[in-house]
Amino acid sequence: MMSIPTTGPIIRVEGLVKVYDTGEVPLRALDGVTMQVTRGEFVAIMGHSGSGKSSLMNVLGALDRPTEGHYWLDGEDVGEMDLDELADLRNRRIGFIFQSFNLLPRLNAMQNVMLPMIYRVENRADAEMRESESIAALESVGLGKRMYHRPNQLSGGQQQRVAIARALINKPSLLLADEPTGNLDSKSSEDIMGILQRLNRQGVAIVMVTHEPDIAAHAERIIHMKDGRIISDVQNANQQHAESITNVQLEATV
Amino acid sequence: MTFIETIGLAWGSLILNKLRSFLTTLGVIIGVAAVILMLAISAGAEAAIADQINALGSNLIVISGSRGIPGKLPTLVYDDALAIADNVKGISGMAAEQSAVDQVIQWGNANFTIPILGETPGFPTVRDVPVGTGRFFTQADLDRKNKVIVLGYKVAQDLFGDTSPLDQEIELGNTRVTVIGVMAPKGSVAETDYDNRVYIPLTVLYQRFLSNMNVQNRLRSIYVKAQSPETMDSAIGQTKSLLAQRHDVLVSSPDFTIQTQQDIIQTQQATTETFRTLLAWVAAVSLLVGGIGIMNIMLVSVTERTREIGVRVSIGARPIDVRRQFLLEAVILSLFGGMIGVITGVSGAWLFNETGAMRTVIVSWSVVLAFAAAALIGIVFGYFPANKAASLDPIEALRHE
Repeated sequence: MMSIPTTGPIIRVEGLVKVYDTGEVPLRALDGVTMQVTRGEFVAIMGHSGSGKSSLMNVLGALDRPTEGHYWLDGEDVGEMDLDELADLRNRRIGFIFQSFNLLPRLNAMQNVMLPMIYRVENRADAEMRESESIAALESVGLGKRMYHRPNQLSGGQQQRVAIARALINKPSLLLADEPTGNLDSKSSEDIMGILQRLNRQGVAIVMVTHEPDIAAHAERIIHMKDGRIISDVQNANQQHAESITNVQLEATV
Repeated sequence: MTFIETIGLAWGSLILNKLRSFLTTLGVIIGVAAVILMLAISAGAEAAIADQINALGSNLIVISGSRGIPGKLPTLVYDDALAIADNVKGISGMAAEQSAVDQVIQWGNANFTIPILGETPGFPTVRDVPVGTGRFFTQADLDRKNKVIVLGYKVAQDLFGDTSPLDQEIELGNTRVTVIGVMAPKGSVAETDYDNRVYIPLTVLYQRFLSNMNVQNRLRSIYVKAQSPETMDSAIGQTKSLLAQRHDVLVSSPDFTIQTQQDIIQTQQATTETFRTLLAWVAAVSLLVGGIGIMNIMLVSVTERTREIGVRVSIGARPIDVRRQFLLEAVILSLFGGMIGVITGVSGAWLFNETGAMRTVIVSWSVVLAFAAAALIGIVFGYFPANKAASLDPIEALRHE
């Protein structure tokens, strides 16, 4: 295992092109994207549907390979990795948060949080350790009392908090959030953004796709995409700070 | 993920669809039960055949005159039997036999009709029908035409009950005979009830029960016991040429038939053979259908759980993890079917045996074989769906609804 460098950008992509062979005209979902994300940064990617932001997320998440271009995660060339190495990358270096939460309906909150540990090849945790770590992760998102609830017994905001706990369980240095508040009301959205900001302060780099400007406003840096290209990339001068209920609850219990 | 955890995972999703899982395994259940039943029935048939071979008399050669031709006399005569005993090498005994019309047997008030056979002294040893109490008649009884009788076990029971039959005088037809022995119980072999017949010296049968002069000296059968299984073929060959010469016929078109105990039970064997072949086909087809059923349901399961597969892949499941999960589900399904099949097959075989419908012997290795077949089916027919699951595009899978 290569040691993970602690300096340099966490994400570096150069000339990313993604072409889909659908229909008669090939679709260029990504058309030469070059950018970097530094360690511990909170970046929002905005754009209309079809702008290429989801394609970019799929490549960054190692779920898809670009047609052209290079992607280095923590200085490692992701394009050179085989399927098992990509799985290990998703398992330990990246955490995913989805718009539709994507919790497994048959498993309770704790079992859902445990899943990434089960697939961990290195430093495999025993059952007892998994349980205690899952409990700790659920407590950190304020769900210590709902560990045995199934997803359908939880509200949308609670489900997304379980998903965040799951994404963080293997301590990744990068969190990819694809419209994390897309299915949530404004109060729950505020709560989730608060959690993400707290994680970001603790050093986790976050790349978040959203089309809602007030959600993007919570990021340090905002990238706009159109037709598979980056059209603007600016630091967010007016970063919003979310008042997370969860944080308040946690601070109250400490 | 450890192997045990994968099993737990697979089991969890199977019991979620209990009825579907059970119906899926039905083909495997029937197939495995058929394998076990088939082997139990053939083992039972083999045991029964072995018993019959022993019951007929080991190393037995049966020579019969051509029967079944109306108006013709039996071709074998007593002198043929003597000539065989004198000339054929490699035999340890000979018994000549003739039957007569069933006779009424009577002692006191008890009387009934009974098959009657004239025999020579070699009968108990050659046919492996031992005497229970008393003795069988001797050559001297034969030569002096002594009016003696040996009873079958059941005849003695029916006639005398608790009284000892030995030295009692009874009426056989119009002839008064003395009981000198009772045969040990033997039961029925090849449709002959050995316990329900009586034996008298062959000479007495000729004198008292076969009044027609034409059938004097004629025999129904001659039994020859070879010294060992190795001398059987030689003894048969010698007997055949000797009789052909004596009857002035060609060896290729004899007026007699020579059979061994194997020949006699061959028809029964052929019947069980047919049954076994049929069951083997049922087993093979059921296992194939069962395998296809498992493949079908696994493909449905992969489609149903496409999103779950996408989620698992996105959080770090390797292709091998996904493949193993679905393969194990298929194997557990088929092994579960195998287990129920074993229980069904074993209890079915046991029931057949207990109710007397069919003799069965449960073969222990058939259980192992059936289990191995079930596991193999799970692997073979589970591989394709599992591979399909492992090679799903995670992005497509996550989008799947």
